[in-house]
Amino acid sequence: MSFLTRSSTHRQADRIFRWITIVCAASTLLLVGAILWNLMSNAWPSISRFGFGFITSTQWNPVKSEYGAASSIYGTLVSTAIALLLALPISLAIALFLTSYAPPWIARIVGTCVELLAAIPSIIYGMWGLFVFAPFMQKTLQPWLANLPGPLFSGAALGVGMLTSGIILALMILPFLTAVMRDVFAMTPPVLTESAAGMGSTSWEVTWHISIPHGLRGLVGATFLGLGRAIGETMAVTFVIGNSHRIAGSLFAPGNTIASTLANEFNEADSPLLEAALIELGLILFAITLIIQILAQLWLRSLQKQQAR
Amino acid sequence: MTDLRLSYRSSATRKAMDVFVRAFSIASAAIGIFFLLWILWVVLKKGHTVLAWSFFTSAPPSPGEGTGGIRYALVGTLKMTGLAFLMGVPVGLLTGVYLAEFGRHSWFAAGVRFCVNLLMGIPSILVGLFAYTLIVLATPRHYSGQAGAFALAIIMLPTVARTTEDMLLLVPDTLRESALALGIPRWRTITGILFRAARKGLLTGVLLSVSRVSGETAPLLFTALNNNFYPRDLSQPTANLTVTIYNYAMSPYDNWQRVAWGAALVIMAFLLGLTVLLRTLLKERNR
Amino acid sequence: MNLKIEPTPHRTVSEVVIDDPVISARKLNFWYGGSQALFDNDLDVAPLKVTAIIGPSGCGKSTHIRVYNRIFEQYRGQRAGGQVVMDGADLLSPGTDIIALRRRIGMIFQKPTPFPMSIFENVAYGVRLHFSFTRKQLEQKVEESLRAAALWDEVKDLLHKPGTALSGGQQQRLCIARALAMSPEVLLMDEPTSAIDPVATARIEELMLELKQRLTIVIVTHNMQQAARISDYTAFFYQGRIIEFGATARMFTNPSHPRTEEYITGRFG
Repeated sequence: MSFLTRSSTHRQADRIFRWITIVCAASTLLLVGAILWNLMSNAWPSISRFGFGFITSTQWNPVKSEYGAASSIYGTLVSTAIALLLALPISLAIALFLTSYAPPWIARIVGTCVELLAAIPSIIYGMWGLFVFAPFMQKTLQPWLANLPGPLFSGAALGVGMLTSGIILALMILPFLTAVMRDVFAMTPPVLTESAAGMGSTSWEVTWHISIPHGLRGLVGATFLGLGRAIGETMAVTFVIGNSHRIAGSLFAPGNTIASTLANEFNEADSPLLEAALIELGLILFAITLIIQILAQLWLRSLQKQQAR
Repeated sequence: MTDLRLSYRSSATRKAMDVFVRAFSIASAAIGIFFLLWILWVVLKKGHTVLAWSFFTSAPPSPGEGTGGIRYALVGTLKMTGLAFLMGVPVGLLTGVYLAEFGRHSWFAAGVRFCVNLLMGIPSILVGLFAYTLIVLATPRHYSGQAGAFALAIIMLPTVARTTEDMLLLVPDTLRESALALGIPRWRTITGILFRAARKGLLTGVLLSVSRVSGETAPLLFTALNNNFYPRDLSQPTANLTVTIYNYAMSPYDNWQRVAWGAALVIMAFLLGLTVLLRTLLKERNR
Repeated sequence: MNLKIEPTPHRTVSEVVIDDPVISARKLNFWYGGSQALFDNDLDVAPLKVTAIIGPSGCGKSTHIRVYNRIFEQYRGQRAGGQVVMDGADLLSPGTDIIALRRRIGMIFQKPTPFPMSIFENVAYGVRLHFSFTRKQLEQKVEESLRAAALWDEVKDLLHKPGTALSGGQQQRLCIARALAMSPEVLLMDEPTSAIDPVATARIEELMLELKQRLTIVIVTHNMQQAARISDYTAFFYQGRIIEFGATARMFTNPSHPRTEEYITGRFG
């Protein structure tokens, strides 16, 4: 009859342990809720004062207490777009190099180097960007790009600006994109690539017709990942974007992003309304990240379902 | 009727395309390595001049004169990271345990999993902003190392939780069953046997979370701020490496800038070392 | 509460009645989510004997013994109905202390699963949780268990080496030692030799014959020669139902159900 007794302290301990883990797990829900609530309530003075116009207004005038997020949002989107545009093809090419072109020992070295790019903290990208890369942009790359037609590459070559930020962001997301793409390529079943190669395809054709379509969903997932990283990057951008609340057509022009505006102005915010406006900027950034996360996870879930089939 | 045998595409253009892609991929790899070496070289060149034992043991220099050192910032960073570790790692670990052991399929677990992923993807400056609204504003406008550590803990938590879940799921169910079948209680099975089976993976997750926060500047900007004094306790604004680098690098003083580069070199060396260690750990586990 | 269990005529073809069964399953049903895996099965396990459960894969053999120690419970959607009586109590009732139950009913799995710790610790880990022993008593218990599992001579100088360093057959005997250290009354073995080479299998079979002097064994096996060699009683499962139960010697020479005969002679399965 001994096992009829419920007295076992083990059973009690099991229940307590289980509840501790549940409380810990619940804390993540609580955190996300608290972040949303705190940002909203602290941004409220600005939300109620400026309403929806906050998003579309390009004003940023502490003297007249007029604030709008448009230039920060614009800068965030443009710098991220530049970063993705540069990093996507390059990371794809590096992933190709690592999986199909390079001999293993070279692939190992190159793979490590690319991974190490991710180990450099963003503040160091910022210092290097401001003190070394921006002057290089100003003296070498920008004068050369200025020869190209169109308004994108016009205006004074300041070194710092939207383009410089985009390039540095591209460097920073490169390792993440490369890692995911490498995994995607490595997952292409060898039967497929071998039979394509057996038909006389060149290795690029194998990649283009077999590996990329096969891993397309994974590649899109990688893009989401890179997007999420680039969009909230703070320190590196703060150093090199020039910090100006203006929307300019040229990529040479200085600008700002939500994160850089926060980093630059939050500690100096002396009026409650300015502080609220800055927190509302943060709230917008949070909303953007949330949307990217939801899309990415929905995408991944459909990916898993497809693979399970 | 055309003769189909003669209408195949020229293999010359196809081969040219292949050569082009191959060249582009080699060039891309070269670009990656080039930038890595460029950054490493710059930090090394500019940072090594101040490196000496005294750099680690001296107080910060006055503006414009002397070299001084980063002792206060180093101690502050270590203390804050330590406190963040104590807050973030256990909670993250147990969250991972919940996800892998108790809540594999429930709705609640799906929600938790979503939040963990969201927290992983949240820009660190927002975490700083949140810690500011939660702690700094609550102790009316009092910046503190504790607020900084809290922000860092929020960054560590999801990393630890995710790796813990992944690593525990790699432990085969037969091991769980054979422990439970011996009458070992669930919690002892998890902490005594599964943790041990997954120990390398768990260590990797914890180190990963440390590496994530040790280079972070943004979450400290509105929480720990910085300080010119020795960080005796974390209830005050606290000196730390990254914000020191930021402030000094942006300053007009030549000696401060040199200290900033020296501190940058220290952090970078630490993080590169940690990354290499993590790589070997992951490799060993895969074997 | 003391449940009275009527001797079962083993509703299907069976000439035996088990006296004083250690475990009696009555109307045992089992579901994996929506699909039923066991149907109203009755089975009595004879004390100090080896009962073999045979049948084609997917017939519910493993499922049946996984009910005895309620190991199935950690999976969502798995559910058992009916009664499994031990010592006059239904071990499926919610009041059962599972920890104590599992101390009394040990289990050996298909693949050896040494814990990630030393050989000594593998055996000692569970002992420490269930008994309060001095260090000396613990060492004695470990040695005793390893001897009982016929492993002591091979590992007595390696006690602090990791359990994973042993060969597959040794690992499985380590798992048996680990289970014996709990002083169980029943040992459930779920295809314990299917991942092990023939020589090691022979050693484990020998060991089982020794062990049945002290405890009751229920073994699931897909190997009919093994069932014939070591068991006293055999139950034949087919599609979740017990088709035939009886003394092993009789069943393998003169099966009463045509399906049993087909299976034993290898015409399907």
